[in-house]
Amino acid sequence: MQLPPALHARLSAGPAATEPLPVQRDPAAGAAPFRFAARRVRFPREHEFFEDGDVQRHLYLQDVLTQVAGPPERPRVPEFTCQVAGCCQVFDVLEAYEHHYHALHRNVCSFCKRAFPSGHLLDTHILEWHDSLFQILAERQDMYQCLVEGCTEKFKTSKDRKDHLVRRHLYPADFRFDKPKKSSGCGHRSPSTSRSPGPPAALQELAGALGEGSLPLEGEDMEVCSEHTAPPAEPRGERRTHGHRIPSTICFGQGAARGFKSTKKRNKQQ
Amino acid sequence: MFSTLRPGLSHCCSSASQAFSVAHDKLRRLRVASAGPVVSGGGGGGVVPVTTKFSSVSSLRREYPSPRRTANRSGAGTCASPTVSRRKRRALIVLAYCFRSVSVICINCFRLWPPPRISTSTALIHWKALVQSGCGSVKLQTQRKSSSSNSQGSGVSAETCSSGGSSSSSRQGARTWEESEALRKARREQQLVSKRLLRDDAPEEADGGCVAPILGETEIQQFLRLSQRGTEEKERERALVTLRRGLQHPETQQTFIGLEGSMRTLVGLLTSNQALLQLEAARCLHELSHSEQSVVAEACLPATSYLLTYVSGHSSDLIELCLYTLGNLIVESEAVRRQLLPQGIVPALAACIQSPHLTVLEALGYALSQLLQAKEAPEKIIPSVLGSTLPQHMLQLLQPGPKLNPGVAVEFAWCLHYIICSQVNNALLITHGALSTLGLLLLDLAGAVQRSEDAGLELLVCPVLRCLSNLLTEAVVEAVGGQMQLRDERVVAALFILLQFFLQKQPSLLPEGLWLLNNLTANSPIFCTSLLSLDLIEPLLQLLPVSNVVSVLVLTVLCNVAEKGPAYCQHLWPGPLLPSLLETLAFSDTEVVGQSLELLQLLFLYRPEAAQDFLQQSGLQALERHEEEAQLQDRVHALQQTALHG
Repeated sequence: MQLPPALHARLSAGPAATEPLPVQRDPAAGAAPFRFAARRVRFPREHEFFEDGDVQRHLYLQDVLTQVAGPPERPRVPEFTCQVAGCCQVFDVLEAYEHHYHALHRNVCSFCKRAFPSGHLLDTHILEWHDSLFQILAERQDMYQCLVEGCTEKFKTSKDRKDHLVRRHLYPADFRFDKPKKSSGCGHRSPSTSRSPGPPAALQELAGALGEGSLPLEGEDMEVCSEHTAPPAEPRGERRTHGHRIPSTICFGQGAARGFKSTKKRNKQQ
Repeated sequence: MFSTLRPGLSHCCSSASQAFSVAHDKLRRLRVASAGPVVSGGGGGGVVPVTTKFSSVSSLRREYPSPRRTANRSGAGTCASPTVSRRKRRALIVLAYCFRSVSVICINCFRLWPPPRISTSTALIHWKALVQSGCGSVKLQTQRKSSSSNSQGSGVSAETCSSGGSSSSSRQGARTWEESEALRKARREQQLVSKRLLRDDAPEEADGGCVAPILGETEIQQFLRLSQRGTEEKERERALVTLRRGLQHPETQQTFIGLEGSMRTLVGLLTSNQALLQLEAARCLHELSHSEQSVVAEACLPATSYLLTYVSGHSSDLIELCLYTLGNLIVESEAVRRQLLPQGIVPALAACIQSPHLTVLEALGYALSQLLQAKEAPEKIIPSVLGSTLPQHMLQLLQPGPKLNPGVAVEFAWCLHYIICSQVNNALLITHGALSTLGLLLLDLAGAVQRSEDAGLELLVCPVLRCLSNLLTEAVVEAVGGQMQLRDERVVAALFILLQFFLQKQPSLLPEGLWLLNNLTANSPIFCTSLLSLDLIEPLLQLLPVSNVVSVLVLTVLCNVAEKGPAYCQHLWPGPLLPSLLETLAFSDTEVVGQSLELLQLLFLYRPEAAQDFLQQSGLQALERHEEEAQLQDRVHALQQTALHG
């Protein structure tokens, strides 16, 4: 197909619409027995007209055709350690470090060191676990927010919320990121972080499912479950990293016991 | 215009047979026998370009099926050889050149070029298009002695066409062809479903030297236990990696899901705080999701709430894996989607689309495209997608410029296509600027073709064309003076550059490009004028030989131009149009001929001198051959009257 050479130049020139030639139709055009009428055509999704293109698309998906863009390169870099205090993991690929950081250090509650998969869950946790104002307000109005992003419903108790999650959002009844905080202190939000001084009872509850982190942690648990606010005596470095959450110097009362807490032992499991 | 096209049967048996004997004699004299690519009806080892068997239609011509067409198919249907060897091709060209005075009939679709107007270039374009198409090509085979000197050229039997091209030189071509045939069949049954597998540790496995073994029940249990409770971190990782490799086998997958508590453990590992274990567990789930057996894929359902939770997280590797896994699960069944939708997949995707990572975006596009392809999408899914912030972000990701990533753009272009062709609320997309974004993208793609950076570009061009074409039919666009209209003349220039690209790379997509051209020119004097002023009529005519569908579309576009009146027809005649029309009148397909007649009527009406020219070029004889055809009679007679009496 030979294209006029000026065409290529036309593409690089600026946008323009030529003055159209005058339109002048004769009623005899398209009169019987002729039947032409200029019209735009639309095709619905399942139309046969799309068959060839759809087949190409699926061949591409199934990797029969060449990929549009190749798989990303993962270059190796000189070894470096994780900069978060207390973590001595070593990496030589940036993406591995990125995943490590996001999984373990990014959404960590500065009070109880639990790690969460997303900022949304972390915010909800802090609100419900470490904000004493929340407890007060919860007695008067519905404060427990649904965990599903995009759902704005609120509930009176965490049990109601759980019921909502199960019935409305088809979540599993034992969703691991919705462990309620029981007054006897047996429950925690995240399955565990190796730093989290989780109550042993709750750990055992999860031990069957997870099994990990339970053994080494038992020794370090010194936090009394009945405390509703976790006394945050984390090291300086920690505070700097997570300081944008409620700073540890602010205490909302309720007898926060400030003492020397067993802090993170260098946990090899990290 | 797009009504059912009938398969053509050549009316020219008699002329073909004459041509046959003429050609046969000439051949004997000239002795142009190469590899003997074409069969002689008369046998004797001669080589003749004229072969015809009124058999199957090549897959290049996607005619709309009609019961008659299916019945007409002899043999298995389409011509199968993926590539014709160069030697054969050269021989074809030589012969076509030599036998210019002979009728040439393509054995694939019995397109006939009658004497004396046989144009080798048109024949070559046609063959070239067929040969380069991945899906069908001219299958040629020698036949030493044809026992029956059947002058209808039954030398090439249907068997040649249908014997499958697997013995061809290009295995890739054969494989592609077979796969595409399977996909076509699936699409016709509305079962077209594909999953993607992300497996990026191939080098490791290659080093390992051995194929991953199939794991048995005890081994799986052992690995699971080790991953959960091993004391050494490395040990746990290794155990899980071995499990993941084993899960590449369907047998291991079946065993795994049969074990009690296995999925629960896997989910536990997924939600553990061990970064590497998380990733490996996600990879295991991904392998399971890719299975073709529903029971395996559906075993992953308990994990979906966690997958969605991680999609709202931050680790791009994990998010990418979760998205591909979700995408695979989505196509599994409506039951899966009925679980995922209330779990908040649309808001999760809407939040995730703001990620800066290209790998995440591509994965998201994939998952979204799977969601939008669902049968129930127009009612249940697309409204909530349109109600979210997804459309604006999608259009942003399709904006041309240095930041446009082809892999990402392909996925979202297809997402947009599924939304638009479902016709739920296209006006909303237009208010978000879809028309102008897609128009600019089209210009950008044509620029890429000009710079020869066109690897895999047809994958992106196809959905963009479809989106534009369908959007142009929206009422809000029709409103006169609306600034939503597309007015930039460069769109036409870009489209032709892309049509040329299609002709070379993927002729089966030509109809889609011409569909856009029809929608651009149908009600638009501006674009019709552009066609004329940019000198694009001749290139358009060069597409006529490609296939019947393409011919009809080309003629329709020309009708769009001609119906606008004398000012337009003035540029159509004198010119190459009339000779081309006389050629198309010789085609066998009724739809093609019918459209040619419509165009002739318009031409005669607005440019009476063309009628004179028509008569002088034996136009009446060309019309005569269709006098008996029921669908064409009336128009033929009307034209004959007009031509003779003005």
